[in-house]
Amino acid sequence: MTTVFTILFDGVAYGMLLFVLACGLAVTLGLMNFVNLAHGAFAMAGGYVCAVLVNNQGWPFFAALPLAFFVSAAIGASLERILYRHLYTRSHLDQVLFSVGLVFMSVAMVDYIMGSSRIFIMVPSALEGQFDLFGVGIGRYRLMIVVICGLLTIALQLILSRTRFGSRLRAAVDDPRAAIGLGINVPQVFAFTFAFGCGLAGLGGALSAEILGLDPYFPLKFMIYFLIVVTVGGSSSITGPFLASLLLGIGDVAGKYYVPKMGPFVIYTIMIAILIWRPNGLFGRGAAR
Amino acid sequence: MSAAKDVSVSAMAGSRWRVSEVAFWIVVLACPFLFPSRYLIMTDILRLALFTLSLDLILGYAGIVSLGHAAFFGVGAYSAGLLALHGIINEPVLALIVAGLAAMVLGFLTSFLVIRGVDLTRLMVTLGIALLLEALGERFSDITGGTDGLQGIEMQPILGQFAFDMFGKTGFWYSLIVLFVLFLLARRVVHSPFGLSLRAIKNNPLRASAIGIPVNRRLIAIYTLAAFYAGIAGALFTQTTALATLDVFSFERSADLMLVLVIGGTGYLYGGLIGAVVFKMLQEMFQEITPQYWMFWIGLVLVAMVMIGRERIHRWVLWLPNLVIRQITGRKAAVAVPETDAS
Amino acid sequence: MTAVLETRELQKSFGGLKVTRDLSLRVERGARHALIGPNGAGKTTVINLLTGVLQPDAGRILLEGQDITDLAVHKRVLRGLSRTFQINQLYADLTPLETIGLAVSERLGRGGDWWRRMGTRGDVNEEIADILSRFHLLDVMNELTATLPYGKQRLLEIAVAIAARPRVLLLDEPAAGVPESERHDILAAVAALPRDVTVLLIEHDMDLVFSFADRISVLVNGAMLVEGAPEAVARDPQVKAVYLGEGADA
Repeated sequence: MTTVFTILFDGVAYGMLLFVLACGLAVTLGLMNFVNLAHGAFAMAGGYVCAVLVNNQGWPFFAALPLAFFVSAAIGASLERILYRHLYTRSHLDQVLFSVGLVFMSVAMVDYIMGSSRIFIMVPSALEGQFDLFGVGIGRYRLMIVVICGLLTIALQLILSRTRFGSRLRAAVDDPRAAIGLGINVPQVFAFTFAFGCGLAGLGGALSAEILGLDPYFPLKFMIYFLIVVTVGGSSSITGPFLASLLLGIGDVAGKYYVPKMGPFVIYTIMIAILIWRPNGLFGRGAAR
Repeated sequence: MSAAKDVSVSAMAGSRWRVSEVAFWIVVLACPFLFPSRYLIMTDILRLALFTLSLDLILGYAGIVSLGHAAFFGVGAYSAGLLALHGIINEPVLALIVAGLAAMVLGFLTSFLVIRGVDLTRLMVTLGIALLLEALGERFSDITGGTDGLQGIEMQPILGQFAFDMFGKTGFWYSLIVLFVLFLLARRVVHSPFGLSLRAIKNNPLRASAIGIPVNRRLIAIYTLAAFYAGIAGALFTQTTALATLDVFSFERSADLMLVLVIGGTGYLYGGLIGAVVFKMLQEMFQEITPQYWMFWIGLVLVAMVMIGRERIHRWVLWLPNLVIRQITGRKAAVAVPETDAS
Repeated sequence: MTAVLETRELQKSFGGLKVTRDLSLRVERGARHALIGPNGAGKTTVINLLTGVLQPDAGRILLEGQDITDLAVHKRVLRGLSRTFQINQLYADLTPLETIGLAVSERLGRGGDWWRRMGTRGDVNEEIADILSRFHLLDVMNELTATLPYGKQRLLEIAVAIAARPRVLLLDEPAAGVPESERHDILAAVAALPRDVTVLLIEHDMDLVFSFADRISVLVNGAMLVEGAPEAVARDPQVKAVYLGEGADA
């Protein structure tokens, strides 16, 4: 019985990590209907920044995390200004080609600079191992992830519901044309959201190195996970992607534990079943995006 | 009814063979005589051309963006490999068709998922299916040979007559004939009422159904046909290289495929063929510079193509041949005008 | 007279907003029926419900007595319910010949024909030629639709709908945006529609409605306000109130 709870806990930690990684994608997709398959590349950037700072420069882990956020956000912001913004009105095919191209370039560049093997980030010893809570094994690192990601989720929800920027963002996602009519500078909102989403992905990348593994192929390996989160969760709010992430995380961990031989099978089967049932996603709006 | 006759003549004009098309195939036929030492790479190009033709059918004509077309290539490759390895069907042509049909069945079954939902859902579903098959291949490594792939495939002579030789000459002519036959079929299909209805669906699905076109049924049909083509391409791969490894399913293969097609241009059938030649030439060139980081250059080409604009690039490329044709024939003649954007 | 197109207590809401309320409409065979209403009355939603683009929350739609509420869009077309579009939804990079060819091929069940080339079937060719000549499009049949003058495009719009040989034709503002000089052709084409085709005209332009319709339904806030002969509707105080109250834009 206790293993069930351990699996549930690991699944939740994994799911929350996926949410932090992918929520930026969900929002930018809802806002501009831009298919950005290169989202994982920003996560990878954050992961490597953190790894270099901690392993080579001797920074403390928690000091490196914010930097992972800012570097990824900065890369995201500059790419948005230089490249992405020219492509918002293009066809989805163009957007797919472009972002796949970015992924390929990022994979080869990281491979060239950092080598192709998996990288580990030295975490503080306080985060190693696990402890027992009512007989349930709780990994310390995973607990930290749940705490950090949980706080981030709450913060995001508060930003969206309480701040002026949040209300502008929601208006822009709901109906970009109407938002422009109301005097909201949608491209600016988008640029900011895009950068912020990239930053979150970078932070997620740094946090996930321990659990998901970090190597140059990260953006390719997790592309499908990000796609699942946004298609199953829909892009009209962050609640949908959040629940989808949890579902995906728990499903994946449980699948790997109970039917290890089936590999990633469980996830894909769940995903296909959901899409047969609701083609626009579990929490998506009826209207097609 | 002279008006009906005019209509008939005009309607058939689109499917008439153009001089440039005939010239294209004559050049193709001349290649083995011009480069007799390069059968292997030319066979490689032909396979890729057929695979890309398959993607053109769904992307260029029906507007379905797929991130996992390698799924059907892989099923064809493994079917052909297993059929030959276990001696189930020894005759290559028959095995080729069976392998294509296997991919076709998968295409038909998965088409119901693909036609639902929007572009993003399609991307995820197509990518997911290819990944799923790759995972299946790893799981059942006793059948697929796991990461090592199928070992020891020996191909029997084609039709019991033409044995595969080590220079790849037989393989080349075999691939060329298969490609040409399937090209003719595709050409026929896209110039039929069915093909026209696909273009209508691609441009505006809502309008298409308001005209009375059964949109979903047409999409299922073309997706299934494209899966057959991809399966044949995969089977050709196994038969001419005696190899089948799990990377037939890889995402990189699907992504490269899109690059090949957009290099050549979508929606006029020759895009895949021209794109395959250009792609392989680029590959040779870049691999001489940095063999390990070929992926970077693919990525750069993709980004550059989109940023500059695919149509603009095609206009630049077509400028010279069109100029020559104008000079010779004295009339306005496009070598090949790719369709406008697939959305 | 019998109803050829009928709706029974049709309902549709978007979110909390009721856009169609208990709409019961009867269109008699051979009628020239107009559906009018001020902006935002829900006319577009009615068309989308009738053609199957939207599914009603409640209520039924009958075509010649048969329930078509659950039929897909293209099946309704093959049953004889065809429509034109208000804003240009023609295929810009197809020719009129190809556009009409699509509709005719589907109607004759040849649309899925993947082996015969276009233009090789006599019955299809003759019907295409017939429709092109009826709508004065023969001389431009090989031009790209995008390059045609707007009036010709509107004619093509009606021609495509007629090519499906509808028994009921929904005309959605057929003359909207057409310059005055080309307007006559459209009106003539509408007037020349065969009498066995029942027409439901959705229109803003009162001149067109009163010159064409023999029966008028007025839709306000998604519900039927008044229905009757043109003279009666024109005199109706409720209708006057709606139109005068809403300003002259309607």
